[in-house]
Amino acid sequence: MAALTPAVLPDVDAPRPARPRRVRVWRGVVLAVAALYFVVPLLASFVFTVNDPVRGFTLDAYLEIFGAEGFVPSLLLSLGLAAATIVVVLALTLPAMLAVRLSAPKLRPVMEVLCTLPLVVPPITFVAGIGTVLRWGPDHLATTPFYQTVIAIQNPAFPVVLVIAYVVLALPFVYRALDAGLGAMDVRTLVEAARNCGASWPHVLLRVIVPNLKSGLASASFLTLALVLGEYTVARLLGFQPFSVWIVTISGANAAMSVAVSIFSLLLTWLLLLVLSTAGTNRRSRS
Amino acid sequence: MNGARVEFRGLRRTFGATTALDGLDLTVAPGELIALLGPSGCGKTTALRCVAGFETPDQGAVLVDGDDITHVPANRRDAGMVFQSYSLFPNLDARDNVAFGMRVRKVPAAERHARASELLELVGLPVHGDRYPHQMSGGQQQRVALARALALEPRVLLLDEPLSALDAKVRVTLREEIRRLQQSLGITTIFVTHDQEEALSVADRVAVLKDGRLEQSGTPAEVYDSPATPFVAEFVGTMNHLPGRLSGSAEVEVLGQRLPVQGALPGTTDVDVLVRPETVLVSPSPDGAALVVSSSFRGASVRLRLRVEGTEFLADLPGHDATRYAPGDRAAVRLVERPVLVAASSTVAAPEAVAAE
Repeated sequence: MAALTPAVLPDVDAPRPARPRRVRVWRGVVLAVAALYFVVPLLASFVFTVNDPVRGFTLDAYLEIFGAEGFVPSLLLSLGLAAATIVVVLALTLPAMLAVRLSAPKLRPVMEVLCTLPLVVPPITFVAGIGTVLRWGPDHLATTPFYQTVIAIQNPAFPVVLVIAYVVLALPFVYRALDAGLGAMDVRTLVEAARNCGASWPHVLLRVIVPNLKSGLASASFLTLALVLGEYTVARLLGFQPFSVWIVTISGANAAMSVAVSIFSLLLTWLLLLVLSTAGTNRRSRS
Repeated sequence: MNGARVEFRGLRRTFGATTALDGLDLTVAPGELIALLGPSGCGKTTALRCVAGFETPDQGAVLVDGDDITHVPANRRDAGMVFQSYSLFPNLDARDNVAFGMRVRKVPAAERHARASELLELVGLPVHGDRYPHQMSGGQQQRVALARALALEPRVLLLDEPLSALDAKVRVTLREEIRRLQQSLGITTIFVTHDQEEALSVADRVAVLKDGRLEQSGTPAEVYDSPATPFVAEFVGTMNHLPGRLSGSAEVEVLGQRLPVQGALPGTTDVDVLVRPETVLVSPSPDGAALVVSSSFRGASVRLRLRVEGTEFLADLPGHDATRYAPGDRAAVRLVERPVLVAASSTVAAPEAVAAE
């Protein structure tokens, strides 16, 4: 082999030509434009909330939020829904994706299409379908034990029906995130190595796949969290009041406060994402 | 740690239209290192995976010490495996990788750490316990994988081309270490490889597979010197095809010499005589019958491509003879006096190019 290709080997040590100045300039321009696009509205909103025409600078709008009626319960409801959705959607997709990868690779396109489908169904159509089922249920299931189930999943304190809906809505994002994570490791070999060491299937999943899929699991969790915290259509039309619905309800009353709430929820979401991402990546240094 | 007897009984396995195993029968004696050798797609890896429990044969059975383990789940089998691709758990350091199986079996932490360190020492990595897989070279990773496979003291060790991803030098040292370790532990070992040199150099016995069947099994010397079939002759080592004529009951006339024939005779009198390059004796001679077509120097040896009456063949000579033969020179050739294998004549019997291995 070496004898065949003596002179044509590329010189790997050749110094890479310095990046042209123009490229660097354009980078700066793109960054500046993007920063303007994102920062200006945020800054404008912030100024609007802290600038009182009469009294000048004030943080009253932010302080009001915490005293406003329904703030704490709706926020807790949203966080609870997000947590439940993340647990359910991961518990459903991860084993399914592993099984498809290991024993039925031919089903992968089918699974991909199924998981991506919620993207093309508009939430309004989706919620119309759920609403129909929820109305149909009590009428037809009145004599069966399922009647209680239909009632229970609509409990306003913790509407399980929203978790179910959000699981479906989160599927495309979770599928993409996990698929990328699983694609980055040699799943089959790792699973077989673990099985060869005597590990049962749950052990393989929890001790081998999950620790090596942290970044994939973390990004799947971010996306689901962001989706649940921001989801409005389904919750509003089914008549529940998580955080997003509460913001819209409250915004009619007090303009400054409604903008303050938006900024607050943005910061809160960022904070949660930060926590999730550090939890997802920094654990190795502990051992 | 004592080796177990492993038996393959009529193993069949098909994947769609392709047949990976077509009735494989093979017995591996306790404590033996057997190399499963064959071209890709011959079923050698499938056979190994049937022992590990990652494949279930369609027919037939795998027996370990007489117990049918064909349907035992992979995690309850008494076999450690080293994989072709790097298979260490990326989230664990070397010591935890080795201790993984003991952790599954709930061995106390202190005990499993001590045992893991001991095993790392055994594979020559005494100070690498805290390294993560991405901090180790390929050879080191495969050593750790070997230690992990041995951690549960299995009675069978399965090696699925564990050296194929490594560079040539590491490959040779590691295979010698594997052999040394295997002999000192006395563990039955099945070594899958497509590299015939690897198989011949480490195995007690070589089993050559073709199309999911056993073609021949025997000691490395038997397989090399007296191949049972033309396929084995062709696959193990390099083989020349020289036109010859059968004469008498068991003799063949080739290159003006009469040599005894070994093995089966084809129905025709015109045959191909199978001759190893190192059994072709060459001497410089201005009016010799052979023309040197090309020569390739390999250090210890030199491989000449010769032509006699339109037939080209290869001859291996000691490397220090290299300067005596230049392309275009004439030389006299003779074959070593020993029984040869013959096959039905094939007109397309051009030996492989000089540069090819």
